[in-house]
This record gives sequence, structure tokens and C-alpha cells, in this order.
Amino acid sequence: MSAIDLIGVRKDYGSQTAIHGIDLALPEGAFIVILGPSGCGKSTLLRMVAGLETITAGELRIGGHRMNEREPKDRGCAMVFQNYALYPHMTVAENIGYPLKVAGMRRAERQARVAEVAASLELGALLGRRPGELSGGQRQRVAMGRAMVRQPRVFLYDEPLSNLDARLRVQMRLELRRLHEKLGATSVLVTHDQQEGMTLADHLVVMKDGRVEQAGTPREVYSRPASLFVAGFLGSPSMNLLPAEVLEGGDTLRLAGGHLVRLAEPLAERGRVTLGIRPEHVTTGGLPARVEMVEDLGASVLVHAQLEGGAAIAFHSPAEAAPARGEELGLGLPPARLHLFDPTTGRRLAAVARAESAHRGLDFPVA
Amino acid sequence: MERRATFRAPLLPWLLVLPQLLIVFVFFYWPSGEAFRWAFTLEQPWGGGREWVGWQNFLEIFVSTHYWASVRVSMIYAFGTSALAIVIALLLALFIDREVRGSRGWRVALIWPYAVAAPAIGMIFRFVFDARAGVFSLLNAVSPGFWDPSMNGTHAMVMLIFAGSWQLIAYNFVFFLAGLQSIPRPLTEAAAMDGAGPLRRMRDIQVPLLAPTFFFLVVINLTDSFTNSFGLVDIMTGGGPARATDIMVYKIYSDGFKGLDYSGAAAQSVILMLLVVALTFIQFRFVERKMRYR
Repeated sequence: MSAIDLIGVRKDYGSQTAIHGIDLALPEGAFIVILGPSGCGKSTLLRMVAGLETITAGELRIGGHRMNEREPKDRGCAMVFQNYALYPHMTVAENIGYPLKVAGMRRAERQARVAEVAASLELGALLGRRPGELSGGQRQRVAMGRAMVRQPRVFLYDEPLSNLDARLRVQMRLELRRLHEKLGATSVLVTHDQQEGMTLADHLVVMKDGRVEQAGTPREVYSRPASLFVAGFLGSPSMNLLPAEVLEGGDTLRLAGGHLVRLAEPLAERGRVTLGIRPEHVTTGGLPARVEMVEDLGASVLVHAQLEGGAAIAFHSPAEAAPARGEELGLGLPPARLHLFDPTTGRRLAAVARAESAHRGLDFPVA
Repeated sequence: MERRATFRAPLLPWLLVLPQLLIVFVFFYWPSGEAFRWAFTLEQPWGGGREWVGWQNFLEIFVSTHYWASVRVSMIYAFGTSALAIVIALLLALFIDREVRGSRGWRVALIWPYAVAAPAIGMIFRFVFDARAGVFSLLNAVSPGFWDPSMNGTHAMVMLIFAGSWQLIAYNFVFFLAGLQSIPRPLTEAAAMDGAGPLRRMRDIQVPLLAPTFFFLVVINLTDSFTNSFGLVDIMTGGGPARATDIMVYKIYSDGFKGLDYSGAAAQSVILMLLVVALTFIQFRFVERKMRYR
């Protein structure tokens, strides 16, 4: 059962199209993260769900009902804005209680409800303060309280953590997740931070240029990126991408330096492809490389090396066994860890890991 | 950070501000000083000797029923004009703010009335509100005596208030629109998400956040209505009928230049000046300081 359905949803600004016909079904009760670089239309999409932007074409359903023409207040959504959008002339209690006041709830009842919400967010001592007297984290919690107080079915977050410093961001991330578990509503969060997306989401939607690139669990998206864009966007440091050529027979690649790489399964395609491998999956083997730089990450080191033929490759290495600069070593690219993409369209060419054989029929059209 | 220019020659900074100081002195401090001096003396209408009379001019003003009537109509005019101009400008700005595109062009177009000289406005409105022409002549034909600002003091005052606020609306509108546009958009969007309709959002979010602009405009409009209304009154009513629109600035003019009572007029202008100083003081002291949220 899905909480929010988008069916061919489009958004045009004059002659410019911001969202190109998106189809998505967002599962009920899940924490959904919409991830993408700035300008990809993710905030616009969220605002269309909220009712702050009109929908040019297509249909939006929340809880199975068409919402296109409904006012924001009738959609059962609450929203937390990037800058929190707290009312500066109202106290914390008035801010949290505003949705109830508008709904016409009586004063005594309202105060009880506000006190309850404030207590659950540890804001009890701050109820008389104005937003200007609060820290960033506290403002964030007040914004949460204002969203929670109406007990909405759907929470919408527009980059809620981007204004916090790095440490507070991690802490608030946990708090958001905890709150989500407690409230049991559907949460939709928009962010450009891939780490936030990976850690928070039950269901990850990656967007680019007004289109959905891939949707699925963070694990699925990470281990089987559907395009070059997703492969490069998720993961830090990002995936190594090497130009290669498929040889006759389809199960061997030739790298720029002339070295051959075996594939787990033969490809239908011939000619140029892009080979991807994550830094944590590179092993030792027979591929000659020269170390150019070693970055110490604390727990491990990140080695930047150059393959024969000029391609750059980065990989993790235990801190104790870190190679020195200029050292020559042999690298291995395990067939099960390789990702292959069409270099012109950017689409994924073949699945590699055998564990995902369920999908193989799709990925290997002709063997 | 403190920015301060340093001059090696101690005379140079004084020379640099001298032109400005001269202008302010010649056109403000000198005449004001003369007004103060005249207020405490008796001036001969055709020049010549003057006599120090202390507070006598002021005492004469304060026991004059005409003067208090003038203060009363000034208050009615000032508060009526300010209230009308602020309310209408606020409504216009609130409704335009929702759909503003190319607001720059609008701002220029809407500030023009403020640049029109008061006598010109007075002339136009005199025609518009003339009892013997246009719409009002028709209404008067249907119901005689319905409208006649040349005979009815209330009508004359209403006409003046309309003309005065027409000019101020333009000015206020620009400030309100700028104030509204500086309210972060997510605030009204958040209120929309919280269930507030457009009117409710205006009442709960936009108008309260405009409070600083509002108080600024109240003071500016009151000051303007007290001091800048001469042109309108002179063209439209000449203070009449029966002193019904004899507001303070106009009375100063008519007592001084028509009645040739220079000293009485000077004393009245000193009182008006103090009133404006008091309003300005309120503006700087209370309004500008207290209206801060962040």
C-alpha cells in the first residue's frame, strides 16, 4: 500500500520543464529520501506534494485520493522548511500551537496538546521564548513540533539539516529517524547530501534534471546503481570509473593500458563501455599501478593511484599496510564487484553479483 | 567594524561639510530662529520697531477659540488622512504582493502621485468633488443638498481627507509592498501548511510582521498631514466654509500674511514645530528601537 502516488507528474515554468513526468509510489509508513544535486527538481517535487506549487500535468494521490486541486491544509501533510520558517513574532508555544489555533481548537485543549508535544521534544523549558532566542538545533525542534502537533499522515522535510553544523546534523539525523519510528507516519525528506540519504532512508529516490534516475532501498541503489550518475553520486569517495572495451566473446574487457579484465557473465554489447568499481572493492592482483597520493582517513587510508594507460583509480587500504608514494603495486578488480555502463547513455549494462540473479533476466537480454 | 576617515589637516573636514551646513543654516536654523524671536515680540506689519512681549503671543493663542478649533480640525484631518491612506495602501499592497511580477515598474507608477504638487492635486480634486459638475451634480439633482463642500464643513473636510490620502497612499503603498516582500516567503507558506487561508495569513503573519513599517508610516503620515497640507487647503477650500478646514498650517499663513499678525503666526508656527519634533522623537526613540524581532 502506498501513501503517496505520483502518476506522470509534470511541472512547467513557462517553456521550461522542471519535472518531466514522474511516476512514483512511495510506501506507507516508510522514511523516503529524495536525493539529488541542486536544481534537479527535488524541492519542487516536494512542494508539489505539499500543495505549494501547482501540478502542470499528471496526478498526485495521497492515501489513494486525488490531491491536485486541494489546498495545502487539506492534504494531511505537515512540512519542515529549510530555514524552519518559525513565526518570529510568536513564542515557541504559539508557534507550535498555531496549526491548532487555526483549526479552531479551544485554548485549554490547545495548551495541553502543545505541552505534550513540547515535552516529547524536550522543549518544555523554552515555551515562552521567541525563535530569535533559540539555537539552530532548538529551532529545528520547534519546527518539528509545529509539524507534529496536527498529527499529520505525511511529514515533508525540505533540506531540514542543511543549516546545522556537521556534528549537530548527525545528531538531528538520529533524532529525525527516532521520531519517525515513534510517530509511524510517512516521512519524505529532500536532501542533496548522499550520506543523509543513505543513512535515513528506507526508500531512496535519486533524481537528476527533473527525472527519477533510480528508486529503491539504499542498499539496492548503492550496490546496483542504474546509471553512471547514480554510481558517481552515491558513495564517498565515489566510484572509480574507467574507460574499457568489450572484446569478442563478451566476457573480457580491455582497459586503456591494454590489460584484460574478466567479467563474471558475458555481455551482449560490444565496443566501448565504462567500467565502475567502488574504492572499497579493489583488491590486490595483477593490474600494475603506481601510487600517486595517500590520504590518511584515520581508520584506513585512501590510495590514489594511476593505472598503466593513464586512468586514475582510488582504493582503500588498511592504515598499517599503506603503500608509499611512487610505489608500484598490482591491483585486482574482482569480477563480482564490477559495474558496467554504456558511456553514451549512462545506463547500466549488466548485473554482476551472482546473489542478485533474480534480476538477471532483465540485465542479460541475450547471452 | 568602525569606519572612520582620518584627516591630517584639522580644517579640511570642516571645509568639506561647510556647504551642507550653510544650506541647513540658511534655510532651516535661521528662519526657525527668527520665528522663535518673533514669537516673543510684537512685529510691526510694515517693518520698524519691535517690542519684547514675553509669552503674551502664546497666551493670546491659547485663549483663542479659533485656535483650538483649528487644532481640532487639524487633528481630524491628520488622523483621518493617515488612517485612510494607511488602510487602503496596506490592502493594495497585501493583494498585489500575492501576484507580483515586474513590481519595479509598478512601484514607479504608483509613487507618481506623491510627486505631484499639492496645488495640482487640489485643483483636480476640486473639480472631481465640485457640487455643480459631474457625478455630484447628478446626485444633488436627485437629492438637493446631498453634497456641497463649499457650504457644508463636514463635506469640505471629507473632500480634503480624500485628496490628502490619495497622495499619501502612493507613498505608503511602496513602503508596505517593500515590507511585505521582505517577509520570507516560507513564513506564509508555513502558515498555509498550518491550515491558514489567505486572509488568515494576512492577519496572523503578514500584518504583525509589518508592524515596524506600520508605525513608521503612522508617524510620517501624521507629520506630513500637519505640515504639508497647505497647498491642498489653499486651493480647495481656503480654510472654509466657516473655518471648517482652517487647519494649523493654513491658519498660520492666513493670520500672518492676510491678517498681518506676524507675531501670532510665528508663535503658532513654533507650536507646530514642537509638535513635529515630538512626533519625530517618538519615531526615533520608541518605534525604531522596539520593533526588532531578530
